[in-house]
Amino acid sequence: MDKFDVASSQKYDVYASRLLPKEEYFVGGHRSCQGCGEALAVRWVCKAIGKDAVIAHATGCMEIVSSGFPQTAWVQPWIHVAFENTAAVASGLEAGYKILARKGKLPGRPPKVVAMAGDGGTSDIGLQALSGAMERGHDFTYICWDNEAYMNTGIQRSSSTPYGAMTTTSPPGKRSIGQATWKKNMVAIAVAHGIPYVATACPSYLFDLYFKVKRAVETPGPAYIHILSVCPTGWRSATDLTVRLGRLAVETGVFPLYEVVDGRYHLTIDIPKLRPVKDYLKLQGRFRHLREPEIDFIQRQVLAHYDLLLKKCEAPYPEFPPLSQTEEGE
Amino acid sequence: MAKRVGIEVSLAVSHAVQLARAEAIAAYPITPQTHIVEHLSSLVANGDLEAEFINVESEHSAISACIGTSAAGARTYTATSSQGLALMHEILFIASAMRFPIVMTVANRALSGPLSIWNDHSDIMAARDIGWIQVFVQNGQEAFDHSIMAFKIAEHRRVLLPMIVNLDGFILSHVVEALEFADQDTVDRFLPPYSPWHQLDPKKPVTMGAFGMPEVFAEFKMKHQVTLMNSYDQIMKVWQEWGQLTGRAYHPVEHYKTDGAKILLLTMGCLSEVAEIAVDELRAAGQPVGLLKLRLWRPFPFAALREAVYGAELVIVCDRALSVGGAGGPVLSEVRSVLYPVVPHPKVLGYVIGLGGRDVPPEAFKEIFFQAQAEAEQEPSEEFYMYGVRG
Ligand SMILES: Cc1ncc(C[n+]2csc(CCOP(=O)(O)OP(=O)(O)O)c2C)c(N)n1
Ligand code: SF4
Ligand SMILES: [Mg+2]
Repeated sequence: MDKFDVASSQKYDVYASRLLPKEEYFVGGHRSCQGCGEALAVRWVCKAIGKDAVIAHATGCMEIVSSGFPQTAWVQPWIHVAFENTAAVASGLEAGYKILARKGKLPGRPPKVVAMAGDGGTSDIGLQALSGAMERGHDFTYICWDNEAYMNTGIQRSSSTPYGAMTTTSPPGKRSIGQATWKKNMVAIAVAHGIPYVATACPSYLFDLYFKVKRAVETPGPAYIHILSVCPTGWRSATDLTVRLGRLAVETGVFPLYEVVDGRYHLTIDIPKLRPVKDYLKLQGRFRHLREPEIDFIQRQVLAHYDLLLKKCEAPYPEFPPLSQTEEGE
Repeated sequence: MAKRVGIEVSLAVSHAVQLARAEAIAAYPITPQTHIVEHLSSLVANGDLEAEFINVESEHSAISACIGTSAAGARTYTATSSQGLALMHEILFIASAMRFPIVMTVANRALSGPLSIWNDHSDIMAARDIGWIQVFVQNGQEAFDHSIMAFKIAEHRRVLLPMIVNLDGFILSHVVEALEFADQDTVDRFLPPYSPWHQLDPKKPVTMGAFGMPEVFAEFKMKHQVTLMNSYDQIMKVWQEWGQLTGRAYHPVEHYKTDGAKILLLTMGCLSEVAEIAVDELRAAGQPVGLLKLRLWRPFPFAALREAVYGAELVIVCDRALSVGGAGGPVLSEVRSVLYPVVPHPKVLGYVIGLGGRDVPPEAFKEIFFQAQAEAEQEPSEEFYMYGVRG
């Protein structure tokens, strides 16, 4: 299954669950909320990266729910240091294994290094460390759990919070419609670093997510995956709608699923006819205060962004020139 | 064989790190630390040191990456100064709590503002409570020796704590001194290859950095406290061993002409050498003065200091940092509180000197000596004294 092939993975949908690993790497007993989309994503990402991996995790919901001493939900070796430095810790891990391997102190293949952080830990406070790590070209995979706010500290806005959403620091009011800015495009920022593999994913599309993560960890050099993770607590949505909401985010074009391989965009889940964003918004209490004009605005913006994405997918040239093959003494 | 060389102290430190066979270095440039890491970069670039050099984008990432390399199981080194150390602040506590034996040189420099690239100890004093082992050196030879010994101390199974070697920026880091290099064979025998006690390894998976609820947090802190205090014995052993190998012995509190001294100056870092000149001249003039040089700052050498002041009437602490709005300099506060329970204890007066690179010549120590002597005869006129400051 090393060759990634979305079309055939789609066909598997009916029976392929038997092809996916049964081993659990993010085990039950952790304390995430009911219906947590982030925990679902973690579980499947950990299956995809497999046992020969080492994880550096940022402070945030997934760290807090899983690692209260003396318990742990993590089967893979795992380290948490702080909120904003996960990419730097991962850089160190990768460099550390590299030198040990070079000195013959590490039998076998060095473990795959995977960094994980929330949207706040990625697109806000951790952006500098992430940029540095991508620019330096470490061989690692960075996964962003995007639940569109600082959930661990009580649903404060981040730069990844969508326009119009209510959070505790972007409350709607007489002079506020909620979050006043458009969601930061972290994927484009990652692509701008000229790294070989970037993708979006969502655990509502399990196979798509699974194969993207597999591909990311197999890709030499930095890889970045941005995972939309529905958070019923922060989104004010019903806990049994988590998977549904992820689907709707994709079907409305709010969160398209695509890959950027060596600078070339392509959709992995093609939605020929997008649903109206209202279908997605109306199931979430965080958008409850929005009225028609704001919803219309969001609809227009979503379509405009989607359109631009399609253009990027059709572009005859990549976002950056391919790295010309040099003799790498590795 | 050991050989004598004339070399800039920063480069000597780089060579010490090379001789210690550091395997991973993550650092970010800041004056006056730059020469150390520049030279290490070139040693790595030329294959003279088999190591990974991570050119991080900030000091925060430097120390974070060091935690990563150390968690992977590599012998790890970094260096910084001033603003860089302050930017690392958050992570410094985590590095020691997670027991990673990282070695760091701090080329001491004032903290902004106003911005100053020049030397004092305000950077490290703001990081006093980070739970690392901390020493101060006064010349190039000491900088070289302690940079090697630090790895052996930090990595010892019963220590496993990160360690800082403080050396004064510019006035020590940038001077050329004659010093004796140890050869690779000697260092290899002294410092075996690093074999980590705890490491992230898929074959033996562990969770590192779990959070602590109130039921366990204080126990973690207690363990850290006990371990840091207990590291004292190991520090003494390593210093002795190095002394036997090289003939250079080190002590937590160094004495200079303290026999029969009634008044003791107390300094840290390379101003100690200037103070020695003042002590020579005062002694020649018949003054009962001596000098204590505090080398080991963490763990604090309680017993050694109490023993060192035995019989003295006055201790004059010279701080290179100011606790604004507090009880003077941090060294003064600590020395006072360490000596207070001793009955009878000497009077302890404090002078803050040499901030932000202000020159402190031998005359200054002489003047401080006479002034303090007079102040000690009466109720001191101030809580502490800012020496040589206008306005
Ligand atoms: C330097 C620092 N600032 C602030 C915090 C407090 N803090 C902890 S987690 C968190 C929010 C995490 O948000 P995100 O990264 O989106 O992850 P989530 O909890 O939503 O999964 C914040 C603000 C911190 N731990 N460290
Ligand atoms: S707040 Fe949201 S992301 Fe955090 S554990 Fe609960 S559901 Fe999951
Ligand atoms: Mg979040």
